[in-house]
This record gives sequence, structure tokens and C-alpha cells, in this order.
Amino acid sequence: MTEPVLQVSALSTHFFTKAGVVRAVEGVSFSLARGEVLGLVGESGSGKSVTGFSLLGLVDPPGRIVSGSIRLEGRELVGLPNDELRDVRGRRIAMVFQDPMMTLNPVLTIERQMRLAILAHERASPRAARARSAEALTRVGIPDAARRLDDYPHQFSGGMRQRVAIAIALLHRPAVIVADEPTTALDVSIQAQILAEMAKLVSELGTSLIWISHDLAVVSALSRRIAVMYAGRIVEEGPTAVVLDEPRHPYTRGLLDSLPSRAEPGRELAQIPGSTPSMLRLPEGCPFRPRCPRASPACTVMPEPTGDAVRRARCHHPLVLTPAEAV
Amino acid sequence: MSEGFLTIREVSKRFAPQLGLGDRIAARLGGAVEARAVQAVSEVSLTIRRGEALGLVGESGCGKSTLGRVVAGILPPSGGEVRLEQEPVMANGRKTTTRIQTVFQDPFASLDPRMRIGETITEGPLAHGLVKAAEAGSFARRWLETVGLDPDFVTRYPHQFSGGQRQRVAIARALAMAPDVLVCDEPVASLDVSIQAQIVNLFLRLRRELELTMLFISHDLGVVRHLCERVAVMYLGRIVELGPTGEVYAAPKHPYTRALIEAVPKLSGGGAAFRPIAGEIPSPLDPPTACAFHPRCPLAIARCRIERPALREVEPGRRAACHRAEEVSPAA
Ligand SMILES: Nc1ncnc2c1ncn2[C@@H]1O[C@H](COP(=O)(O)OP(=O)(O)OP(=O)(O)O)[C@@H](O)[C@H]1O
Ligand SMILES: Nc1ncnc2c1ncn2[C@@H]1O[C@H](COP(=O)(O)OP(=O)(O)OP(=O)(O)O)[C@@H](O)[C@H]1O
Ligand code: SF4
Ligand SMILES: [Mg+2]
Ligand SMILES: [Mg+2]
Repeated sequence: MTEPVLQVSALSTHFFTKAGVVRAVEGVSFSLARGEVLGLVGESGSGKSVTGFSLLGLVDPPGRIVSGSIRLEGRELVGLPNDELRDVRGRRIAMVFQDPMMTLNPVLTIERQMRLAILAHERASPRAARARSAEALTRVGIPDAARRLDDYPHQFSGGMRQRVAIAIALLHRPAVIVADEPTTALDVSIQAQILAEMAKLVSELGTSLIWISHDLAVVSALSRRIAVMYAGRIVEEGPTAVVLDEPRHPYTRGLLDSLPSRAEPGRELAQIPGSTPSMLRLPEGCPFRPRCPRASPACTVMPEPTGDAVRRARCHHPLVLTPAEAV
Repeated sequence: MSEGFLTIREVSKRFAPQLGLGDRIAARLGGAVEARAVQAVSEVSLTIRRGEALGLVGESGCGKSTLGRVVAGILPPSGGEVRLEQEPVMANGRKTTTRIQTVFQDPFASLDPRMRIGETITEGPLAHGLVKAAEAGSFARRWLETVGLDPDFVTRYPHQFSGGQRQRVAIARALAMAPDVLVCDEPVASLDVSIQAQIVNLFLRLRRELELTMLFISHDLGVVRHLCERVAVMYLGRIVELGPTGEVYAAPKHPYTRALIEAVPKLSGGGAAFRPIAGEIPSPLDPPTACAFHPRCPLAIARCRIERPALREVEPGRRAACHRAEEVSPAA
């Protein structure tokens, strides 16, 4: 296997709040090959966004990366001085947010902001920058791109705005793009268009992609591999098809069982009992323990990931399914 | 049952021209702004049987919420009317019934942050004499229990609850008015999958126990299939297809329904299990002529640009507004 583009090892990001320490990301490890799409799923508050922000060095006080390593194309990002980090950000790793207005400035024309994004890392004449911006907009499916460059963000629909944000993320052909729920606020039909375009762009440009979403179906449509987060940790990781068919972690199993698409219409949906734990008061041991149907006294000790490089789960009692159970 | 329990007859809603925030900014920046009326809902006729749940689906801006608000008696229609067992739900621009209640998408915005949960639930019933002041406490506790919350929560404030719990409170508040009909506008959209399942189950149970009639608005086709016997598909203000949910999903009779179903990503390990609809949603300010779907439709013929297809019976119990309804192939 070739060297991964991104190698994250034992990454922990904590927030030191007045109420206590929020261990938003704890011991997260994964790697990303060139051109690979990794889906990151988990419920609200599980640490998906903070993981993404950590990769770009965008965690603000009271939060900080407390330990671990992030190697991007062989270069360690944790502990890198700010100016060097700024140089990497946007050029080798970029982020697309749920709200495109996190990227776009409402009072600047699209042309102006794209030019600024280009000039942040390269020299380019206004004319060259304009041509390159138009090309980037065309690539993400914006019709009549050359003319739309002079428009302001509010003159675009939500879906079109998100495309502009994606075009900006792609400007410098970064090695890695972190996409944090970029289609969640959009309509199904527009979501499908953006997903399809994203899949095409990634394979054309060889960019690696981390796609964050709470929607398992969206993630499965795009990524060959998924990682499931719960309470700040990756609890299961593996090839998408395998994880969906044979989840090993009881939490993954619970998530899948609660989907209406898997149930007979009109029948009660399976529910995961209890609710998401407060990140300030995590139970001792496995954080899923109080809600887990398989929990035993052993679970008061934090389980270590088991499995191999392809397929891992963090559970003392992973599900081993017989064919009869695996419907 | 020939007479509908809830009858929506030729309801239209037109919003008078108004400059939106975007337009006001554009105007200030020197852009040309033209104000036109939005035809949000056009001549919609539907009937819902007692105890039935009808799903309403369609892309953003197609008019689902507007129709929902007209049905609930919150918004006066510009044409047509809504009747519940022959009685109009509105008179002189005012809601005339408490028998229809609503649950909205955002449980954070729909509850008064300064009001205790108990007061939130009993406010309406007290005002309408559905409960005596002396019994209000136990009344609120009973409703909290019905929606699966701890009755002791009556003294708490909304900020002390999670999203799923707040949505339960909003449902309890609606149900405390003893409605016959519940209009739900994206009630699970803002919730996590695991919490969504709890609320979907709650609706299933409440329908069984209280014989609720429901208009269930959602962009989540899976949730609609799970909860609703029939589904109405809306496009640019009109109903384009209507029928039993299972049948409509398996063998749609309108090209738009088919496209919508195929645009939703399905759980699959094999990659792209979805297909985008071509083109963007047209502006409701300037809808395409005749069949409004024709610019995006793979089956469109010359007739579709000239003549508006009527919502006609294609098969028993199945209606579609498409000239070529018989030729639409089953969803992939
Ligand atoms: N600035 C902050 N200060 C304190 N805690 C924070 C801060 N930002 C995030 N957190 C906490 O970190 C945890 C992880 O948050 P994160 O935003 O990564 O979740 P998420 O998985 O992205 O959820 P969602 O699906 O809602 O976006 C949460 O418990 C959150 O409350
Ligand atoms: N108060 C209003 N004034 C002017 N136009 C309005 C008003 N309310 C809605 N509209 C317009 O009517 C159309 C239908 O809107 P509506 O909110 O009913 O759509 P929807 O199907 O519920 O969409 P969504 O899925 O985004 O909630 C839209 O074009 C909208 O901009
Ligand atoms: S009427 Fe014509 S354009 Fe409209 S959906 Fe049917 S075939 Fe397509
Ligand atoms: Mg997030
Ligand atoms: Mg709406």
C-alpha cells in the first residue's frame, strides 16, 4: 500500500470550559489514501465537526488539540506555527461547511473572493485569476459562470452558494477536503446533484475527501469507507458495505435499526434507549454502556479498538452475526 | 366513505408582492428589482378520511408549509376553502376551530422560553375551557406522560430539554387541545436519527390510541412511507400525484415523483445509489407554462408545454397530473 495522504493518530481535542473539560475528540485515529472518500457519521455532538476543525487547525480557545498527530502528505500539522498552518490551509487541505456563508463574504462579488482565495497562495494577474475562477465555477456545475462571477452571494440559491464554496475549496487542488454536512441544509434534489458532482470531481482530481454527515444514506452513497463516532471516539470503522451489512458495534447496529427505510411501514421502529450522554459527564468505561443491550461489567473499562487495518470496532462484545440474524 | 372528513377544496394561496431581504440588498447595490406575486398554492383539492395520515412531499418552496397553514386555519387562502366535517376551519380570516392543531419543525422556536412546560401545555386548554384551573396541574402531567416524558418535568423550562424532548412537549401541547386533526410540518427534520425513531414511534402510537387524522409534511420520503397510508406529491404549488404510499413509491405515475424517489440516496455500500433530477427548481415567480415540470422532464412532449395536465385518475385510487402517466416506468 502506498503512503496515506492523511494519517491521524490518537488525536484528542478538548474544550476547557467553566463547567469542566469537554473531551470532544478523544483518541481518534484513521488514515486516508489518495482519492479516497471517508464518511464520518454520528449523532449531534459526537465530535464530527471538531474532528474536522482539528484537521485544519481551526479549533479556537477554550479548545485545543491536547495530544496526537495529524500527518498530511508526510508533514506533521500538530504544533505547526500559525503562519505555516495558514500556508497549508486552503492549499493542501480545505473545508466546506454546512453553511456556505462561513466561506463566503456577503459584501464581496464572487470574483473578488475567489481572486483573494487564489492570491492567498499564489501570484496571478487579475485576468488569469478571473479565468481560473470561471473555470472553477464551471467545474462545479454553475451555468454561465463567467457572467455570474460579478454577482454577490445573495444572488445565488442555497445550492448554488454551496457550489461556489466547493469551487473555492477546490481552487488550489488540495490533497484533502473536509466537507462538514455541506448538503444537510439543502433540498433532496439539490443534495443529489451536489453529491454526484462531488463524486465526479474527487475521482477526476484525485482529491481525498472526508464527508461528515449524520445521514447514513448520504454517507453510504459517496464513501467506500465509513467511520462511526460516538461521544468523541470512533467506535467502528470499515468498508461501507461491510459496516452496513454487518455492524460490529452495538451503537452502529442501533442506528441502522432505527431507520424507517429498514423497517416495515407502520411498525414500531427500533429505538436506541436513553439519550446522548453529556460530554461533561461521560460514564466510566465505554460511553455507550448505559444504552447498550450487550453491556456487561467488563464494559466499565474503556474498550480498545480491535480488528485489523481494514475493519475496527471499539467494543468488548462486538456483534458476531449468524446468517439467520443478519437480515 | 364518500364524504371526506377533512376536505380541501380548490385551495389557492397567492402572496402579494413583497421585497425580500435579498431584493432589498440588491436594490441598495443598484440591482434591478421587480416585485411579483408568488402563487404558492394553486387549486389544490384533497380529502382526508377520519383516522387517515396523508403525507405531503415535494422540493423546497413547492408550497407544502403554505398548504399546511391554510389547512390548519392559520393562513387565509386566496381562493377555495377547507372544511372539517362540513364546518369551515376559518371565517373572516380567523381560525374557527380548535379541532385542528399543528406541530412545527423547530421545537426550539415554537416553545416560549420563559414559560414553564406545564403552563405551555395548559395555556390553550384553559383559554378554551377544555380544563378547569384546579385540574390544570394533573392535566399537564398526564399529557407529558402520554408523550413519554417524566410528569415531574411540568415545572421545567424549554432550555432544560434536548431537541427530541422539546418536540415531545410541542406534540403534548398540540394534543392537549384534544384535536381531531394534527398538521405536522417537518416534525422530525431537525432531530437526530435515533431521536427521530422515538418521535416516529410516538406518532404511530398516538394515531392508534387517539384515532388522530394527520397531514404529515416532510421531505423525508422514508418517514412518510412509514407513517402515512397515502401520499400527495407537490410541485410548484400543485398536487401532481396522489395515491397509497407503497404503490406510489414502487410504481410512480408522475415523472416528477419518480425523479424525486430516485434522487434520495439509499443505504448501500456500493456507492451512488441515487440519481439527481436534472435542472433546478423553477422560480415560483415565473413558473413554466402548462405542465410546470416540463423543462426537467425526461418524458416531455410538445403537448406538455401547451396544455396543463389535469390531476386525473390513472388507476383506481391513483391520481396523477401528467399527459404520459401511463408510460412512467417503475422507480429503479
Ligand atoms: N467552542 C466550544 N466550547 C465548548 N464545547 C464545544 C465547543 N465546540 C464544540 N463543543 C462540544 O464538543 C462536542 C462535539 O461537538 P461537534 O460540533 O464536533 O459535534 P458534531 O458531531 O459535529 O455534531 P452536529 O451533528 O450537531 O454538528 C459537543 O459536545 C460540543 O458541545
Ligand atoms: N409569507 C410569505 N410571503 C411571500 N411569499 C411566501 C410567504 N410564505 C411562503 N412564500 C413563498 O411561497 C412559496 C412556497 O413556500 P412554502 O414555505 O409553502 O414551501 P415549502 O414547500 O414548505 O418549502 P420548504 O420545504 O422549504 O419548507 C415559496 O416560493 C415561498 O417563498
Ligand atoms: S405532463 Fe409532460 S412534462 Fe409534465 S410530467 Fe408528464 S410527461 Fe413530463
Ligand atoms: Mg457538526
Ligand atoms: Mg416548509
